[in-house]
Amino acid sequence: MRILLNGAERQLAASRLDEALDALGYKGAIIATAVNGRFVPSARRANTHLAEGDSLEVLAPMQGG
Amino acid sequence: MDFYGIELSSRLLLGTARYPSPKILEAAVRASRAEIVTVSLRREGGEQRAGQAFWSFISELGIRVLPNTAGCHSVKEAVTTAHMARELFGTTWIKLEVIGEADTLQPDVFGLVEAARILTEDGFDVFPYTTEDLVVAERLLEAGCRILMPWGAPIGSARGLNNIFGLRAMRAHFPDVPLVIDAGLGLPSHAAAAMELGYDAVLLNTAIAEAGDPVRMAEAFALAVDAGRLAHAASPMEPRDMAAPSTPVVGKAILA
Repeated sequence: MRILLNGAERQLAASRLDEALDALGYKGAIIATAVNGRFVPSARRANTHLAEGDSLEVLAPMQGG
Repeated sequence: MDFYGIELSSRLLLGTARYPSPKILEAAVRASRAEIVTVSLRREGGEQRAGQAFWSFISELGIRVLPNTAGCHSVKEAVTTAHMARELFGTTWIKLEVIGEADTLQPDVFGLVEAARILTEDGFDVFPYTTEDLVVAERLLEAGCRILMPWGAPIGSARGLNNIFGLRAMRAHFPDVPLVIDAGLGLPSHAAAAMELGYDAVLLNTAIAEAGDPVRMAEAFALAVDAGRLAHAASPMEPRDMAAPSTPVVGKAILA
């Protein structure tokens, strides 16, 4: 399955969001997620499934003004 | 000073971006005596994990964080970012920015009011980055904001207080609302001027981060904020057009 991860194309085997994040290297990371522009709370990742062409945003704490 | 039920003694809020190193950032935060630092959210690569290092840094700093929605140009973007920030940082506080114009980074005040209403209804404590427009300020308060953060000048411009009259009017119009000057300060004297106007606090980043010596500049700003606050409390004299001799005239010898 092809998705957009933070704007870049990636191939994925897993469709469940929590499993996809582990596969993409985010295991244990402090992150927040959005799929197709909608916030997905961490508690709902296991019930959220990615589909072909979905856009996944993975954000983390960063410096800011 | 009370922000959404939290008692604070420092009147300087500090941004965490653009410092030469994390070590200098930490020293600058300490020197500024800030009790609140602003933070943001950005894309995280699965391999780089830059955000994880910053998360550790912030956790160890042990200071209350105020996440922002910097860079958001729409209500939807800002609201979604706020939700992500609430989960990441574990706080209901959000510095709400809805940018309306690229050159000045001035807020889209229409979107700002709409986003403020949505977020307040969702349980957020909103710190809106706004202008000195009194009507917009009224709308933000109606939307549930209990703090207002008008700009001093465009973000990162270091111009100081562009509209002293407007900012003074805002202070007079909202005597009981915490008012924070957010953005545009370049020098400690700008911060002192804001505090002399009766503003409750200032929020700044670039003026300290991009100084040649950010740590000394942080201390300078801290002193300026204290000086300005003290001056306001001391009721400054009114300016006048003509000179008035300070040395008594009575008793002066006639030597001409």
